Amino acid sequence: MKTKLRNIVADFPILQQQVNGKPLVYLDNGASSQKPQMVIDAITKYYSEINANIHRGVHTLSQKATDAYEDSRQKLQAHFNAKHSYEILFTKGTTDAINLVASSFTTLLNAGDEIIISHLEHHSNIVPWQMLCERTGAVLKVIPMDENGELLMKTYEDLLSDKTKIVAVNHVSNALGTINPIEEIITLAHQYNTAVLIDGAQATPHIKPDVQALNCDFYVCSAHKMCGPTGVGMLYGKEEWLNKLPPYQGGGEMIKEVSFEKTTYAELPHKFEAGTPNIAGGIVFGTAIDYMNTIGFDYIKQQEEMLLQYATEELLKIEGLQIIGTATQKASVISFNLKNIHPYDVGVIVDKLGVAVRTGHHCTQPIMSFYNIAGTVRASFMFYNTKNDVDVLVSAVKRAQIMLS
Amino acid sequence: MTIQEKQAEVVEDFDLFEDWMERYEYMISLGKTLPQIDENKKTTENIIKGCQSKVWLDAKLVDCKIIYTADSDAIITKGIIAILISVFNNQTPQEILNANLDFIDKIGLKEHLSPTRANGLVSMIKQIKMYALAYQTQLSK
Repeated sequence: MKTKLRNIVADFPILQQQVNGKPLVYLDNGASSQKPQMVIDAITKYYSEINANIHRGVHTLSQKATDAYEDSRQKLQAHFNAKHSYEILFTKGTTDAINLVASSFTTLLNAGDEIIISHLEHHSNIVPWQMLCERTGAVLKVIPMDENGELLMKTYEDLLSDKTKIVAVNHVSNALGTINPIEEIITLAHQYNTAVLIDGAQATPHIKPDVQALNCDFYVCSAHKMCGPTGVGMLYGKEEWLNKLPPYQGGGEMIKEVSFEKTTYAELPHKFEAGTPNIAGGIVFGTAIDYMNTIGFDYIKQQEEMLLQYATEELLKIEGLQIIGTATQKASVISFNLKNIHPYDVGVIVDKLGVAVRTGHHCTQPIMSFYNIAGTVRASFMFYNTKNDVDVLVSAVKRAQIMLS
Repeated sequence: MTIQEKQAEVVEDFDLFEDWMERYEYMISLGKTLPQIDENKKTTENIIKGCQSKVWLDAKLVDCKIIYTADSDAIITKGIIAILISVFNNQTPQEILNANLDFIDKIGLKEHLSPTRANGLVSMIKQIKMYALAYQTQLSK
């Protein structure tokens, strides 16, 4: 196990550097993960060898690029176990994918219809739905949470009704790490024929979801949190839903025939992929997924659970340190605060000691309001982090506490 | 002392420190000397936008010179604003408006602060100058 870990760290060139004269300890994985050499090489390879626009040219390069892009789609299909590859759409990322669905739902909603989200959502899974409500007169309902950062499922059941048209919740909370009971959320919603969108941005770096087993209607995620490049993400949508929804953006690629009188739209998935996409990003998303599967999600789970447990125990030994978010089921994310010390001050000092953490409200202001705090310090771990990283974090936090008290 | 002289003094103080740790410890100690804003002035309007931590700034004109008071919920931020106030306090609006701010780079404040923090710094300076502009306008009427 130890040998495997050392090899894994060696896969990430960025982790070999020093920051502020200290070896980098990167614990801001929730914001973005680092990239292994295999992914970096794949980007270079794309631009060095096969760069061309896709789905258009008859020339060899264009066909190679198209094949690589579509191969990647199939890798995603296999990874998430979608029924069809055309149910996998490439987007700019999670935010873009949620906006696509929220925008396309405009024509399906009427005033008085209801949308359910949860108190644990990232702003990206709140604001697009609020905008949809403004456009349609639909009403936003929120599943409340408790002190541990767990959703109140009983209230959720009460919120559901025939008026509910879509439920959008995250699989894992970015701010607190809570793993939500999405199977139950989906099953309950389906009793009312309600569509369910799962925001998997914070789950997919840790968990391999099976969209057919979950039976969700939409599942969205970002490549850059899964060792892949920025600017590309995925929207999985069930065929029936994707057929029902109108296109999001108009342009090239998404059309069947265009005349000034009437345009007909292309089949799935192209109907939702207007314009030249992030071709390199799409292809290398597949490489990142290959890489993560080489590491293996069993190993990832085991390593991250160890890190979560160890870091939780060690951090709690610090007097005056409080962990925010104590759900029973958690991904490897720890939000915490030091008594009477602003999280921002902690972030600045630990950065000087080589430790990268996130501070602030984590784009989840409603959660911060719930706990009545300005923000938290968040350490988020990936499988390439080590026990030594935890030790460095803990000693940096102790040092910060002394300086700031 | 002129603004320029005060700035030179701050730069000299910071030159004494060998490493970032001492520099931050000094800033933290300066934060504790920050001229405190009245509690009733800690309003939403007096919050400076662009800082991850909250910063409240107020200013009044006494004998044609500006007296700044402030507070923040983060201690390092308090230190930064204390440095700024020590430079600008008790100067005329015109002097404040004319002041150049080389000293911020010289004491390594900008490079040693995270980008968001640096934005906060920019916002603080902007707000300090906004007050100077407002009082300058008032004086010239």
